[in-house]
Amino acid sequence: MKHLIAALALFAFTSQASALDEAKVKLDDPFKTGIWSYHQKNILGDPENIRFDDRVVVKAPASAEDSLNVPVLVDATAIPDVKRIVLFVDYGPIPKILTYWPENAQPKLAFRFKIDQATPVRAAVETHSGSWHVGHTHIDAAGGGCTVPALAYASDDWEEHLGKVNGSVWPGRGRMRMIVDHPMDTGLAGDIPLFIIEKLQVDDLSGKKLAHIELHEPVNEDPAFTLFFEDGGLSDKVRVHGRDNNGNLVDAIVGSPKTQ
Amino acid sequence: MTDARSGLTRRRAVSLIGTAALALTSSASLAARPKLVYDLMPVQVADGVWMIEGTTEYFTNENGGAIVNCALIETDTGMVIVDTGPSLRYGEALAQIAAQMSVSGVAAIFNTHHHPDHYFGNQVFADKPIYALPGTRTAALRDGDGFSDNMYRLLGDWMRGTEPVPPNQGISSSTVSIGKREFVIYPLEGHTGADLAVLDKKTGTLITGDLAFLDRAPTTPSADLGKWGESIDLLTTVNAAAIIPGHGPFDKTGRSLVQTKDYLEWIEETLQTAAGEGLSMVELMDSTIPKRFVKMGAMPQEFHRSVSHLYPDIERKILPLSSQ
Repeated sequence: MKHLIAALALFAFTSQASALDEAKVKLDDPFKTGIWSYHQKNILGDPENIRFDDRVVVKAPASAEDSLNVPVLVDATAIPDVKRIVLFVDYGPIPKILTYWPENAQPKLAFRFKIDQATPVRAAVETHSGSWHVGHTHIDAAGGGCTVPALAYASDDWEEHLGKVNGSVWPGRGRMRMIVDHPMDTGLAGDIPLFIIEKLQVDDLSGKKLAHIELHEPVNEDPAFTLFFEDGGLSDKVRVHGRDNNGNLVDAIVGSPKTQ
Repeated sequence: MTDARSGLTRRRAVSLIGTAALALTSSASLAARPKLVYDLMPVQVADGVWMIEGTTEYFTNENGGAIVNCALIETDTGMVIVDTGPSLRYGEALAQIAAQMSVSGVAAIFNTHHHPDHYFGNQVFADKPIYALPGTRTAALRDGDGFSDNMYRLLGDWMRGTEPVPPNQGISSSTVSIGKREFVIYPLEGHTGADLAVLDKKTGTLITGDLAFLDRAPTTPSADLGKWGESIDLLTTVNAAAIIPGHGPFDKTGRSLVQTKDYLEWIEETLQTAAGEGLSMVELMDSTIPKRFVKMGAMPQEFHRSVSHLYPDIERKILPLSSQ
């Protein structure tokens, strides 16, 4: 009986709290995480036109084997006119993972991130006309990914590698893969301050923007991305450039396997 | 960044409700739940050698982590046990079996390597000699607590009371005798940084630990594929009468060594090819698994785990460094 009263009291308490969090569009979250509407307001800016949409496919393993390197593939090619894709988790000390702007690329991206606990991963796709389409999947995890120091510091030459890019383009297959060496310190591990790449821009050699990525703390150490392009959308060489929050530059020409 | 105040309120309230609901239902669900007991069945495979065969699944709350093979060998001073299972409770079940087999009970333990399903039963035998390679003790001290956290998360109440106890006797000789029975020691590596294979000289039974799997997908969280392959080549030259692999059924023909090597070569080649084509890990996990491996236990989950373990290093080696 005592428990029942306590539960009822808590119920009244949450109803009040929910009123504060009420988003403009109320969505029925299949994962019922309780924090969805909060992210809807605070991360996505409480848009007027938003829905859960199966056409936004988020693929990831059901369980995270390595909490420092959880792979995700988001595919929004079924949504026309995509402006950006915002990727975030419901539960984690820093929910936002990255935002992808597929300027002249397909709205499809593979990346890896550090997971801190079991959580849904959401991909919120905004179109140029301002509608939002949200896809998601759930990942189970032992956790701790955001609060573990970068492995880079186990070797003493990490500074020499900083900002180096390993990668290739495959123009015939509309695909580019890159791995950028960087510790991507979240600022949550020990006394190690925040140290992350904030932006990576991919251009063709004439300077035409192909796509860019805004990175946040949860992106994995040595960020690894696959970008996808339509037929003829990718030439033999592209330029990747960007900077981290300490002003270190990334600037590399990525070629096709033939041209290297 | 975000409105922390309202978010905290909401999150805290939700978690508190969860706690209250749990308190209401927990006594009922505990009563309804069957008692967690390991039903270990030793099968005699050679003169004075018994094998306890684990399931070929991954750790689940249903199997209690009894996925590993253990061996019991009779000596004139008591039973020798090779690998002690995933938990205190499993170790207790092993001790009980040993006590039924020999009036002297347990004489000594071998741990083949430091993965938790092979040594978390050690606690029960802490006052006996627990033999292992020196590298296994180091690795157990380093990783034991982390493994323990994960095992409690995966197995829950099966793990109650379990604390990792590392092996207490480093092996530096090429044979170990327990009573009048002699064991040949193969100090190898590849599945982990220190893998022990033990040959029972009397019967020619080779206990490989996880250097050999049979009809169960090999696991790679600490693997060096090249060294693992070399270790298998060496064990092949032993020409054992029969093999007790780390996981999977008793092997009278040496098939476990052939299959494990074949699988490791396939993994390495598949991952290298994928890296050369720029595949992401998620795409790679969708690869078709060859027919000869598809029916292995813990497939395709174990292949997915291996992609997580091995792909980041392999693709860094394969993708060329771009010009600055």
